[in-house]
Amino acid sequence: MMGTSDAVSLTLNVNGQRREVTTDPTRSLLDVLREDLQLTGTKYGCGEAQCGACSVLIEGKRVFSCRTAVSKAEGKTIVTIEGTAKPDKLHPVQQAFLDEGAYQCGFCTPGMIVAAVALLEQNPKPSDAEIVEAMNRNLCRCCTYPNILEAVRRACGREAEVKS
Amino acid sequence: MTPPHLDPNGTYDERFDVVEYHFTGEVPDPTRREFLQILGAGLLIAVSTGQALSQEPRGGRLGGGGGGRGATTIGARLHLGQDGTITVMTGKVECGQGARAELSQAAAEELRVPIATIRMVMADTSLVPDDGGTFGSRSTPSTVPAIRKGCAAARELLKNTAATRWEVDPSSLVVRDGVACHEASNRTLSYAELASDERASRAIASPSPDAELTTVASWKTLGTSAPRPNGRDIVTGVHAYPSDVTRPGLLHGKVLRRPSYNAKLLEVDLEPARAIEGVGVVRDGDFVGVTAPSRSLAEKALARIAENALWEKVDHPSSEDLGDYLRSHARGGVPVNPLAEDVRSAAKSLRQTYQVAYVQHAPMEPRAAVAEWQDGKLTVWTATQNPFAVRGEVARAFGLAEDHARVIIPDFGGGFGGKHSGECAVEAARLARASGKPVRLVWTRAEEFAWAQFRPAAVIDVEASLDVEGKLSSWYFVNINSGANEIQTPYRASKARAQFVASEPPLRHGSYRALATTANTFGRECFMDELAEAAGCDPLEFRLLHLEAGRLRDVLVKATRQFDWSSRSKRKEPGRGVGLACGIDKGSFVAACVEVAVDPQSSKITVEHVCQAYECGKILNPANLLNQVKGAIIMGLGPALREEMVFKGGKMLNASFARYRVPRFADVPRLDIHLIDRPDLPSAGAGETPLIAVAPAIANAVHAATGRRARTMPIRVPDA
Repeated sequence: MMGTSDAVSLTLNVNGQRREVTTDPTRSLLDVLREDLQLTGTKYGCGEAQCGACSVLIEGKRVFSCRTAVSKAEGKTIVTIEGTAKPDKLHPVQQAFLDEGAYQCGFCTPGMIVAAVALLEQNPKPSDAEIVEAMNRNLCRCCTYPNILEAVRRACGREAEVKS
Repeated sequence: MTPPHLDPNGTYDERFDVVEYHFTGEVPDPTRREFLQILGAGLLIAVSTGQALSQEPRGGRLGGGGGGRGATTIGARLHLGQDGTITVMTGKVECGQGARAELSQAAAEELRVPIATIRMVMADTSLVPDDGGTFGSRSTPSTVPAIRKGCAAARELLKNTAATRWEVDPSSLVVRDGVACHEASNRTLSYAELASDERASRAIASPSPDAELTTVASWKTLGTSAPRPNGRDIVTGVHAYPSDVTRPGLLHGKVLRRPSYNAKLLEVDLEPARAIEGVGVVRDGDFVGVTAPSRSLAEKALARIAENALWEKVDHPSSEDLGDYLRSHARGGVPVNPLAEDVRSAAKSLRQTYQVAYVQHAPMEPRAAVAEWQDGKLTVWTATQNPFAVRGEVARAFGLAEDHARVIIPDFGGGFGGKHSGECAVEAARLARASGKPVRLVWTRAEEFAWAQFRPAAVIDVEASLDVEGKLSSWYFVNINSGANEIQTPYRASKARAQFVASEPPLRHGSYRALATTANTFGRECFMDELAEAAGCDPLEFRLLHLEAGRLRDVLVKATRQFDWSSRSKRKEPGRGVGLACGIDKGSFVAACVEVAVDPQSSKITVEHVCQAYECGKILNPANLLNQVKGAIIMGLGPALREEMVFKGGKMLNASFARYRVPRFADVPRLDIHLIDRPDLPSAGAGETPLIAVAPAIANAVHAATGRRARTMPIRVPDA
């Protein structure tokens, strides 16, 4: 980053692209994504790894980017909400959130979707208890939790089973 | 007569504490660039419409509500593009409550076009009419009718223009799918063609005539579950919230906060921060802030200032003593019960005090603003429920004419009644003025908890007496500090008095979803259960004995039947109980039954089941309403069970999500929601009222489970 004497060059692999940044390596991954790479889909909600709005995938696992130094992400595969969909098709989790209207203000939605994508990567057919456990670190102040739960069920093909 | 909360032209306002900045330092405007009008993606109305707002005739108001003047012409409400685009403009904001969809439905319905045709421009003070603040559940009862009227007038203009052109009777025409159609001759006229009609253009700029609104039975779009129009941008992360707005050369700002409430700045050394390359520092009276090319550098610079700043601390009460403090500071003292004589002579009487803690809204997106100066004009992108008032606030802070300040409110990350003011916008603008660059300021979560407006705490005294038949003979209710909303009891009593008494609030006050109705409903509904017990009566029977036939009684009967109150309330199981409550706010009606489990060791309360009936007149968007009702119930569990701002020595001690615990997925109970649609009644706003019954229902259920009365929010099981 300009204006600091201790800036270093880092190469990040974000959403399948190599991105070079010159920055203070102690800055958070969240800040670098938002300010340097203009990837503003990932949100600041608390800065204390308590709300999940800043969730991104590193090597397929959900991390809280507000508490991850950008240097720790170097050389690893980073996926943000912007890289979740294919060019012409939403990710099934995104499609399920859209179909269920699983948002109100939507500010938590990118983090919720990233957390759900990570969950379904590891456990393609989670039970309700497993969904709640995995998603419980993501906050939604509009409290759209029932619709989000429904969206995650839908994304893993469980909506018919639950509704019947 | 229309009740005030349903009167589309009714006035409504909410009180909140504004942070008044008085800048004294020199504030040069260093920008020398051309002012480029900034428009949202692809919007061209500001340049193409001939009906700019400045040309709008003065006087008269149509459905503003909440202080807004509304639109008096068709042109101030909508723009018909010659390319067929239809742009509708409103001063309302979208912060999750669903106004964007609902107002689009209103426009599509009256224009008789598919909803996808509508482009809704919201809350850009240079483009839209002032529809007042987005609060008080006013969008549904006042802005929906205002938009319908404007769009119905445009539809009639299309029909009449076609009739004139074709020399046929207007009644021989129908408007559907965006065209006026004369079936006999197979001719059509579209809104795009209307846009290039000269006489129609003049009509659009003139005060709009009254046009007949589409009856409920003929609705095609209103009354359906239209999805959020920009849902795809939300799930892809494309939507730019206020904290995401970026501008060329953007800098990041931070503002020095007091270490404790009301502390006075004695000395501060700005040099260590100024010494950092790229950092700009501003001091203007007590305002101290920094700018830097990154947020983290701004944070470091601010830390260097903060560590050397000297402050004079000021005494401040602690949350532990809040009840006594509010009572002893009640303005004019706490009044005595004027019905004391009725109490003395009654068969039975009861007196109790209830207390409600200060809570924060804690929206997911903290306060944020991006400010940019060009040629003495200021543009701010920010999150507020009150765009035109915030325009006034920023203009005042910098001595600008209001037309030199433009406030743009992108759909933002939650308000809940907490974002009525514009201090963050003023702060960002002060930093941008000093740096000569656009500045983004995003409050930290800790700042949001400590410095945003709070929902006022309440102390409530209630006293009532019963006659020999167990009926209410007198009722006296006092709310200290939190507000007068729905303070009058809906229950029949021979004599009833209620009053609100202001206090000297130790914290900054604002609104909150359902405002003081939550506290007043908590006090009343908990006390009704205590009275029922005194009368030896079931809580439901006791309420029904005192309720006239009507909408409140209807929801109470609905909720209790669906919940199977009559048998579940008779089951006796240790550590488990059911409770109920009901109430009214802003013209809609709610009743809730809950079941709780209370852990005998830890006294932890778990809400296992909520069954709620809700009625808000004709339902405009069932899916959105359901989403709002569920969200309000779950949000309401927070202040009911856990949320409470804890402060001491002027410091907020739990200003983080780790220590201030809001509801999470694991807290969601089984929910049964019963929405009652009343096509015969006008629609009331529904974002707030569904929150009010859940807390007292829980407190009453805790009594059923433990035999002990909880009289505080958050609810705690008292020691035996």
